[in-house]
Amino acid sequence: MGLLSKKDSKLILDPLADNNPITIQVLGICSALAITAELKASIVMSISVLFVLGLGNVVISLIRNIIPSKIRIIVQLTVVAALVIIVDLVLKAFAYELSKTLSVFVGLIITNCIIMGRFEAFALGNGPWKSFLDGIGNSLGYGVILIIVGFFRELLGSGTLLGYKVLGDPIEKTGVYAIGYENNGFMLLSPMALIVVGIIIWVQRSRNSALIEDH
Amino acid sequence: MENRTDKNTYTLLFAVAMVVLVGALLAFTSSTLAPNIKTNKELEKQQNILYAMGVNENDESSAVFVSTDRVESLFKEYITKQLEVQGGAVKKNNQAFLIDVKKEQANAKSGRVRKLPVFIGEKDGKTYHIVPIRGKGLWDAIWGYVAMDDQMVIQGAIFDHKGETPGLGANIKQRFFMDDFVGEHLLDVSGNFKGITVSKSNADPKNDDKTDNEVDAIAGATITGDGVSAMIKSDLKLYLPYFKSLNN
Repeated sequence: MGLLSKKDSKLILDPLADNNPITIQVLGICSALAITAELKASIVMSISVLFVLGLGNVVISLIRNIIPSKIRIIVQLTVVAALVIIVDLVLKAFAYELSKTLSVFVGLIITNCIIMGRFEAFALGNGPWKSFLDGIGNSLGYGVILIIVGFFRELLGSGTLLGYKVLGDPIEKTGVYAIGYENNGFMLLSPMALIVVGIIIWVQRSRNSALIEDH
Repeated sequence: MENRTDKNTYTLLFAVAMVVLVGALLAFTSSTLAPNIKTNKELEKQQNILYAMGVNENDESSAVFVSTDRVESLFKEYITKQLEVQGGAVKKNNQAFLIDVKKEQANAKSGRVRKLPVFIGEKDGKTYHIVPIRGKGLWDAIWGYVAMDDQMVIQGAIFDHKGETPGLGANIKQRFFMDDFVGEHLLDVSGNFKGITVSKSNADPKNDDKTDNEVDAIAGATITGDGVSAMIKSDLKLYLPYFKSLNN
């Protein structure tokens, strides 16, 4: 991180662990539950959010002094929706295959509370460069959790990773299925994502007691 | 002191300016890119139709279409006839692939007779009758193309969706699901139309029984699966008179 000052690199590194958007700020939970049934979707979603949050934070930060505070949420929503739709249209025209993979995520990105949350909490009060770093940092932190959850849900739920049958074939009974292992279909359903996120939060807080709030 | 940006007139003007600006930007982008998007969609339709009859670049486990720069010439090569079925009448229509299934379904609802496209494909001496289907999944539209022989036995199928849940309903476009349909009969033993049900309880996960009118469902994708069953039943049934006329 030679290019960045200590403060700037903190903006990127903090959200990865000690100020993680999902496990600490509890933002973006809905999409973490919805699309983590397989690893590939988690990765695609993480990259999309990285792009939108990085760019959106810069745009909001640039216009932060002229946004009327009474309708700032609507303005934020408009900015993110416009960004996502333009990207979607450009992909449809020039990279059709890619756009088909992403189209499912468009709605999920616009309504992702992590994006609105960072606009509101950071971009409205900070300059464009800092906001950009904050966007990148938070989407990386979001992506890390998504990928961890996606990894376990796909592995335990379908016995595959990125579509490859790493545990053998459940129908032909090869690999671990030969000794009586069964996929846990419950892992594919959203409630298990919540439980996996809960376990991550538990592990994280037990390792760093400073994260536990006082009551 | 009141902030300049807190004033009502400012708020109102800002809102109006923002809506106009963003609206104009989106409209401009959309209309500039519209021709490109339209071409892409038409090519995709042709890729889908070819895929259903087995003209594709599938590897062992994933579904791969023929490339976009070859699709038009391959479409001309393999699709020997494009037909339009309306009421009892069958006529040739070389632009049948442009028939909008969504519009025709809406027409049928308002009482008009629906135009049904059929694509006749020839490959290795076999004739395929390929037809489009369209229905509802959990979140949004699902659609597909089904290639059949003249006995309404499925020879190939491709499904796609607009917004089904990744990892669950979205898996209807995976090979393991689509390939299950190959060889399945749409008619029962006595020749009545029965369709194919995406079943959670068919006790036939390897899909060895091709005449049970059932394929194995995807866990966690019940409503999308029901949508697939429903669109197969409702849309393919309409082609029954066409297939009857072939066999007379």
